Amino acid sequence: MLATVARRSMQSGKLTAIALFLPPALLLFTIFVVLPIAEAAWYSGYNWNGFGSPKNWVGWDNYRFVFETRAFGLALRNNLLIIAVSLIIQLPLALTLALLLAEKFRGAVALRMLFFMPYILAEIATGLIFSFVYDGDYGLLAAIYRQFGAEAPHLLASTQTSMLAVLIVVVWKYFGFHMMLFIAALQGMDRNLIEAARIDGATRWQTVRLIIIPLLYPTIRLSVFFAVVGSLQLFDLVMPLTRGGPADSSQTLVSFLYSFGVMRMRVGFGSAVGVILFVICVTFAFTYKRWFMRDE
Amino acid sequence: MNSSSPAVGKPFDPAALYKGLFLAIVVVFVATPLVATLLGGFKSLGELRTNPFGLPQVWEWENYAGILRSPRYWILLRNSLVISSLTVALTLIVASMAAFVFAHIRFFGSAMLLNYITLGLLFPAATAILPLFIKVRDLGLLDSYFGVVLPQVAFALAMSILLLRRFFRDLPVELLEAALVDGCSYINYFRYVTLPLSRPILATVGTIAFVNSWNAYLVPLVMLNSDERYPWPLGIMIYQGEYSSEWHLILAFITLTILPTILLFLLAQKHIVAGLTAGAVKG
Repeated sequence: MLATVARRSMQSGKLTAIALFLPPALLLFTIFVVLPIAEAAWYSGYNWNGFGSPKNWVGWDNYRFVFETRAFGLALRNNLLIIAVSLIIQLPLALTLALLLAEKFRGAVALRMLFFMPYILAEIATGLIFSFVYDGDYGLLAAIYRQFGAEAPHLLASTQTSMLAVLIVVVWKYFGFHMMLFIAALQGMDRNLIEAARIDGATRWQTVRLIIIPLLYPTIRLSVFFAVVGSLQLFDLVMPLTRGGPADSSQTLVSFLYSFGVMRMRVGFGSAVGVILFVICVTFAFTYKRWFMRDE
Repeated sequence: MNSSSPAVGKPFDPAALYKGLFLAIVVVFVATPLVATLLGGFKSLGELRTNPFGLPQVWEWENYAGILRSPRYWILLRNSLVISSLTVALTLIVASMAAFVFAHIRFFGSAMLLNYITLGLLFPAATAILPLFIKVRDLGLLDSYFGVVLPQVAFALAMSILLLRRFFRDLPVELLEAALVDGCSYINYFRYVTLPLSRPILATVGTIAFVNSWNAYLVPLVMLNSDERYPWPLGIMIYQGEYSSEWHLILAFITLTILPTILLFLLAQKHIVAGLTAGAVKG
């Protein structure tokens, strides 16, 4: 009898908790995350400037326009370039530094913190700092060139070099984050395996190549995942550096969405870009998880 | 690593030398832009051109003092602080309540609802920025703090709920059972047991939300259109536009705006590193 009363009040307590605790999160999430992306799919079928209600149905035209825009191709290429540089330069750099700094020596922690610091700076501030570094008149790079009596290049002002300049900043800003991921993994690693290898006469390089790196595979896969996802979102960094220019040579998908959709209030066109970006993100996340992160 | 410590009687170790050299190059690569920015703010424009790397010959305190005296700097910081604090507070409250239900109460559809929220991890706010703008406009929140805060909270929810739920589940379940038998309600248990025991994860989740909101650019850029409500990333872009090539002033302004971030980082580095890497790993 007492037990049933207690159970019944527990049941009603459960319902009260659910009724009070869940709706705020579900409402916020639905209104500001799920509905907008669903509406993006709807708006993308219209030619609409955002005022009144969308009436001018154009079918797939917005998507066709997106794919026909030269800047979109450049943005896609640049996003792939960012991913490539993340994999070929940033990841090995982060891994090497993690291997060096996971060991205990004086100053190791201070160096870790220094290398991590760019990651917590705002992208906007980072972009501005580097637009100073690259400035052809006052910048650091210009000063180095002048030391050698050479004419300073205006990296950000040339279609040939603008993306290179952005890529350097990307590495500068994000390698510390990946390094920290690797350090965390290295510190959680079973030291016995490494000791055993040492005792069996493995050289340092053999230990790294044959034991440590295979043990780091899950973290490496994670690091690659973040590099790709980060590239797909890159925007804040590009704005103070180049705004996607000159001549769209340094657009990313999001900066393309911003300059061609938001700035011109072309809601249908911008929504189409958003939907394409959404499809890329979701497809990538699912495929990657399925192929590479099955066990995690 | 005993073998690589600087042992006496080992005159030369090439591996250690390469290692030191490599680290030194990376330090120069990372630190030079930061140090040059800080010092550049102390130079005159003319000196910046002739001596961008070294210590200033004449320390121009006026660059920094002028900015610190201007109301504009303080308005930007205030706006950023209001937006970030509201974002952190709302994220923590809303996410911890939902995470509590997902952690402790099994009910029909709970797994499905959790999966629904997890969808939020898959795509960035940028994908839906135009419909988001129209939504905020139709709600009458354009150009208000909440027009920025609510979308930021919504996009922070997925990660926050997952992190909090995992932590809540790891708390000893006997505690909850005992409390329920003693007639404590779920809500009181949440308020008086779960939350006080969860300070570390709340600090972590709060830190992630704070750093993201403090540094955010796209959402405020789209939602706000009057200067007096701009957070600092918007304000500094305008400042740069106005003083286009007076780099000594821009550098001082950059230094002053990233200073709070750096101070916070030095004070709470444990939470920040743990939060940003753990948040990433467990997502």
